[in-house]
Amino acid sequence: MTPLLSLLVAQVPALRLPQVDYFALLPEIVMAGMAFVTLGARSLTRRGLPPAVWTLVTMATGLASGTLAVLLGRRVETHGAFAAVDGALAVDGFSVLFLVLVSAAVVLFALAAHPWIEREGEDGAELLSLGMLSASGAMFMAAANDLLVIFLGLEILSIALYVLAALNRRRAASGEAAIKYFVLGAFSSAIFLYGIALTYGATGSTNLARIGTYLAANVSTHGGLLLAGLALLLVGLGFKVAAVPFHTWTPDVYQGSPSPVTGFMAAVAKAGGFAALVRILFAAMPTLRLDWQPVLYALAVLSLVVGAILAVVQRDVKRMLAYSSISHAGFILVGVVAASAAGAASVGYYLLTYTFLIMGSFAVVTVVGGPADAHQDLEDYRGLARRQPLLALGFAILLVAQAGVPFTTGFLAKFYVLTAVIAQGGYVLAVIAMLAAVAVAFFYLRLVLVMYGWAGAGAGAGAGAVGPVGDADAAGAGEVVLPAGTTSLAGVGAGGGGEPDLAVLGGGGGLALATATSTGVEQAISGEGLVAAPEGLAAGDGDPVPFPDATKVVLALCVAFTVVFGIWPAPVVDFARHATLLFGLR
Amino acid sequence: MLVLESACLGSFLSLDLLLFFLFFEVTLVPAYFVIGGWGYERRGPAALKFFLYTFLGSAFLLVGIVSVAFIHDRQTGQLTFNLLALSAHGGFRGGVGILLFLAFTAAFAVKAPVFPFHTWSPEAYSQSPTGGVMVIAGVMAKLGSYGIIRFDFDLFPQATVRLAPLLLTLAVASILYGAVVACRQRDLKRMVAYSSLSHLGFIVLGFFALTQQGLDGAVLEMTNHGLYTAALFLLIGMVYVRRKTFRTGELNGLQRSMPILAGVFTVAMLAAIGLPGLNGFVGEFLILIGTFATHRWWAVAATTGVVFAAIYLLWAYQRAFHGQPSEENAKAKDLSWREGAVLAPLLILIVAIGIYPRPLLDRITPSVVAIVHHVEASTSYVAPSVTTTGRVAALGGKG
Repeated sequence: MTPLLSLLVAQVPALRLPQVDYFALLPEIVMAGMAFVTLGARSLTRRGLPPAVWTLVTMATGLASGTLAVLLGRRVETHGAFAAVDGALAVDGFSVLFLVLVSAAVVLFALAAHPWIEREGEDGAELLSLGMLSASGAMFMAAANDLLVIFLGLEILSIALYVLAALNRRRAASGEAAIKYFVLGAFSSAIFLYGIALTYGATGSTNLARIGTYLAANVSTHGGLLLAGLALLLVGLGFKVAAVPFHTWTPDVYQGSPSPVTGFMAAVAKAGGFAALVRILFAAMPTLRLDWQPVLYALAVLSLVVGAILAVVQRDVKRMLAYSSISHAGFILVGVVAASAAGAASVGYYLLTYTFLIMGSFAVVTVVGGPADAHQDLEDYRGLARRQPLLALGFAILLVAQAGVPFTTGFLAKFYVLTAVIAQGGYVLAVIAMLAAVAVAFFYLRLVLVMYGWAGAGAGAGAGAVGPVGDADAAGAGEVVLPAGTTSLAGVGAGGGGEPDLAVLGGGGGLALATATSTGVEQAISGEGLVAAPEGLAAGDGDPVPFPDATKVVLALCVAFTVVFGIWPAPVVDFARHATLLFGLR
Repeated sequence: MLVLESACLGSFLSLDLLLFFLFFEVTLVPAYFVIGGWGYERRGPAALKFFLYTFLGSAFLLVGIVSVAFIHDRQTGQLTFNLLALSAHGGFRGGVGILLFLAFTAAFAVKAPVFPFHTWSPEAYSQSPTGGVMVIAGVMAKLGSYGIIRFDFDLFPQATVRLAPLLLTLAVASILYGAVVACRQRDLKRMVAYSSLSHLGFIVLGFFALTQQGLDGAVLEMTNHGLYTAALFLLIGMVYVRRKTFRTGELNGLQRSMPILAGVFTVAMLAAIGLPGLNGFVGEFLILIGTFATHRWWAVAATTGVVFAAIYLLWAYQRAFHGQPSEENAKAKDLSWREGAVLAPLLILIVAIGIYPRPLLDRITPSVVAIVHHVEASTSYVAPSVTTTGRVAALGGKG
């Protein structure tokens, strides 16, 4: 027995263990490690600790890994980029950018989730440790230099997110979202894995750098295998970043998941997906540019157009943000289509700014949603400016920034994408992207209108138009309100009350009356008014909205980032630009 | 309001295309909140429509600006958004120039507004508060016409010449459409909104006549329109404060109860009609002369717009101010000294420019001549030297 075993061992070549540079891995290690520590600590404490402890631990973890990532960035700046763990991980500016991004998202997530945890009576440790785990997956995806590592990162990211989506046990929709996300996600992961297999078959390696050199040195006469692999990889990542036509899960999952989780999902899953996409396409397959560019062009146009059109007709704010995130994905894809260093930089910059915009927005959605995230309708935001002026103001800034108004990061993000694509001659794509941006702006602005209580009276007066005969523009105004007016009971209610006298009188009295009627009707019919809302007591105001300190902090952070770096963009832009200088593209 | 003001100033001062765009866009936000927050009963949709229309135009403008910079980069190896550098390059020729011209003009035409991109303006004007509409119509809308003369002419002289008939047609369409629709309004504010469309048509007409007189007149008209439209909107706002309505059907005999207000309204109205001696006349007259020299029939059609202006304004005046006042109208108070103090500078300027436009024209003419030369230098187009120059100069002196 023993001689046989030793014979076998002698025949197996010695296992070559890679040199592990632990410093290069520290951000990921801290993130994943703290996730396990949190879980362990929770199971060891019998009665559990107050949620604030877990929130603080998570924030500290995010800050620590972010700081480590910045230190890593310093090292990259002085010593140049390098590959760690036998070429499986790339440590360059690009990965540092995404490490910082994901760390920031974790900090914001902890803050945004805190009010939700307290409100829902959750423990907190579970949610936050899963969040950290999925963040570490996104970090691995961003730093991966090997298709298999990308796949591992993708799975860590996704599996944690499946569970996170299901965490709202009081809502059936949460479970539904998780199942949907899981089934479709597992499917897309399988497709991605098959893509890896085919690519490996065609190029003989899963290492991105080696694939790159192989493709640069050899011209494939039978490109079918490689192209099929590439296509499958694109499908898998297209699913993660919610690009049309792989987007169908997005609205349902965004709507069903707990609100803070949705924001986190939107920011981190997108960041991970795009980081991997850019790395695969730009680092490994720049030689196939002519093959993948048209495909991404089509994906970008579809995402922009479909996302924009469907966002406009939504009544549910979370679904609306889901469709608008699809449209944002389309915009980011435009940057990928540019296939240049500027394009990659614009992708990084866009994702960085988008993280703050979307996390802040969902922090507000979390608070407004109320117990069990029930209040997600547009009507629930009516008059928010009166109930919580600061909350509404912050949300309005974030929405306007998402629409792409200058002096916010949202505008600069769009601007850099456009610059990148126009520099490569993509004029038509630029025009399509901007038009889609205008269409999506409609929804953001309508939400602002509703929050500031301008739309209700408008719908009433629009319905009971008393405009002069033969005036085409009165009809035009009616058209603009149409989505609000036709689908909402409020429009009908206010319209019914909008007799000429009332409409002409306008002013405070008419406005208050119209809004009060609409809210009353809405609550009576939907039966969602948890607090009995006597009509006329709080004219036009719905349930009181709390504004917890954690939300204040997260909103302040997001708005500050959006506005400060919108006016003074140099630091962030340079960060993004330096991050992508290392790619071999011009 | 101050934010809006500074953003407008920023745009007028920018020589850098990108900076111009930033300010141009950012004017939207305060204007949106001014309309939405303090407007009248249909303010929500009006604000939304206003924002989206202008945003749509700006989308083209942004793509146009970035494209201009990169085409310039490809041709000269220098990436810049500086207008002077870009226009020194000699303009963008051929089909590219035309496409870019259209992209720029789309944004400016929405902002100006020019028919058929005007549909936001009556809504926005009639629903915004008095102060808001004075700035939006008086100053912000000028960003559109300013953009045309500053960027279109400088960057795309050839396309400007080539597409001038198209723009002239649109201008005439705005003049006539605005005037005819204004005739049918029973709401004072909407009427002034449409008359404003008609007058902005005149400005665009003056630009694309591509003569020195036309441009002179158009730039002057930009100033004039800002003055008398602001005065009219202000007066209507004051009527609203007293009577809570803009509708001519409910206003009558106001002359009895508030003679001073009626008198001031008359002056502003006559300026808008273009009565000689008031500022509206000088601008419109120069525009029509300039247009007549190059595009006779357009000028003829535009002249009917002046007649329509007289019809609708006088009609409206007759309905609202003449006749026997009803109970409520008779009780309305006349102007207070505070309101008078607001109106006085506008009124003085309206009359002063009407009688002695020289100081303004002296400042306008050199830049206009430079623009005409720039267009001539980069195309085969030659602006006709109108024989009326002497007369126009005399007009500048005598009124």
